[in-house]
Amino acid sequence: MPQEIERQYKEILKQYVMKQSEQNLYEGQNFSRQLIKKNIAPDEVISIHKATLEEMFPELPMNVWNSFDLLIEMMIRYGLAHAEHQSLLQQQEEMKVEMDLAAKVQGTLLKTTRPIINGLEIGLVSVPARKMNGDYIYFLSDNLNNAGVAVADVIGKGIPAALCMSMIKYGMDSLKDVATDPKKVLDIINRIVEKSVNDDMFISMFYGRYNVENSLFTYATAGHEPALFYNAQNDEFSELHAKGLLLGVVANVSYEQHAVKMETGDFVVMMTDGVTECRTDEGFVDPKIVISLIHSLRHEPAQTIVDSVFKELEKMQNFELRDDFTLVIFKKTS
Amino acid sequence: MGYRSSVEILTEWDIVAARQLGRNEAKEVGFGTVDQARITTAISELARNIYLYAGKGKIEIERISEGGKYGITIIASDEGPGIPDVRKVMEDGFSTSGGLGAGMPGVKRLMDTFKIDTVLGEGTVINATKWIR
Repeated sequence: MPQEIERQYKEILKQYVMKQSEQNLYEGQNFSRQLIKKNIAPDEVISIHKATLEEMFPELPMNVWNSFDLLIEMMIRYGLAHAEHQSLLQQQEEMKVEMDLAAKVQGTLLKTTRPIINGLEIGLVSVPARKMNGDYIYFLSDNLNNAGVAVADVIGKGIPAALCMSMIKYGMDSLKDVATDPKKVLDIINRIVEKSVNDDMFISMFYGRYNVENSLFTYATAGHEPALFYNAQNDEFSELHAKGLLLGVVANVSYEQHAVKMETGDFVVMMTDGVTECRTDEGFVDPKIVISLIHSLRHEPAQTIVDSVFKELEKMQNFELRDDFTLVIFKKTS
Repeated sequence: MGYRSSVEILTEWDIVAARQLGRNEAKEVGFGTVDQARITTAISELARNIYLYAGKGKIEIERISEGGKYGITIIASDEGPGIPDVRKVMEDGFSTSGGLGAGMPGVKRLMDTFKIDTVLGEGTVINATKWIR
């Protein structure tokens, strides 16, 4: 094969030396594409060039031939850099495939079923910034009177965050009983996280539970974004605050718990900082814009609200999510 | 065992001497210009590693033949600190970033076979062979 390459190169070079046309140069470029495909190193190309010249112009002075040896020496590193680049590209491709698989596994692992409760609509959107999601939603329900939801966010994103999430899932799975008070839920999860997570990894979490019989939304938070409560009668939003340290900092934390009564048309918006800290090139999106966006959609079904808010904010950010984005709405419909 | 010649590596100038020896041997054995340059680059890299990380050591060049094939083996040996993590040193990306590995994957690519023996606190021996195509 090297002889064949030499022959072809010689032909192209001959033509060019004769005519110096753009057509010849174009052919040369196409030929180089082939050489790259065949992993022919640049030093080899120069060597071919030299050999061809020796045949075509044997009368050239010795100095010229010697100069090629330096050029070949110079190109060896370029050849090595190219080979290394190729191998790194292949590694990257392998990693991409692995990541896709991992994301699929995560999707299965973190699956949760949306509760079906009379008089309550649940809207949910959760989109990762990269392949793996560092936000986590977990529903707990008896599918009769109670619907609970945990919204968690690992500080950081990508694979480490995603691995951390499996632990929350494991903790929530162990709960089973939706009657467990939100502050108790956080307490249990906090102990698990504190025991099993590095000191430099923190998780914020909000847990809320709606009860049909008394229309109470009871909640507690571990350093998470405050939820928004929309009061339909007064047509105003308020933040649902509660004191509570991030998960995993210390083992014994007593979480505050509060409750708010929901009337028809009221809804609670729970989110992660991917929503509240939406950024465009000009800076953070004003939270007021997010609130007025939700307000303009207040009469829509819960799922329509979250979908529309996501679409709008995605557009504002030029379709580049900088953080995992999660939005959950509990809306009382009757 | 074929004809062997060697250069002690103590100063940076010895790297040049090792290169010169390698190039001459490669030429004698019958390698083409490009392969001469490749063998020389591999020697250069190995000698440089000795100079930088072991302080002193030796580059030996051996002419070899097997079943009508001819080639060259480079043996780079030192009594330096040894390499703690060979896998890391062989990783791509190390050489271009100028890290500790300084071109080991490059040497492996330039030659046909590459073997590394290293013991922490005792030293390193690297064998690299190239055959005439």
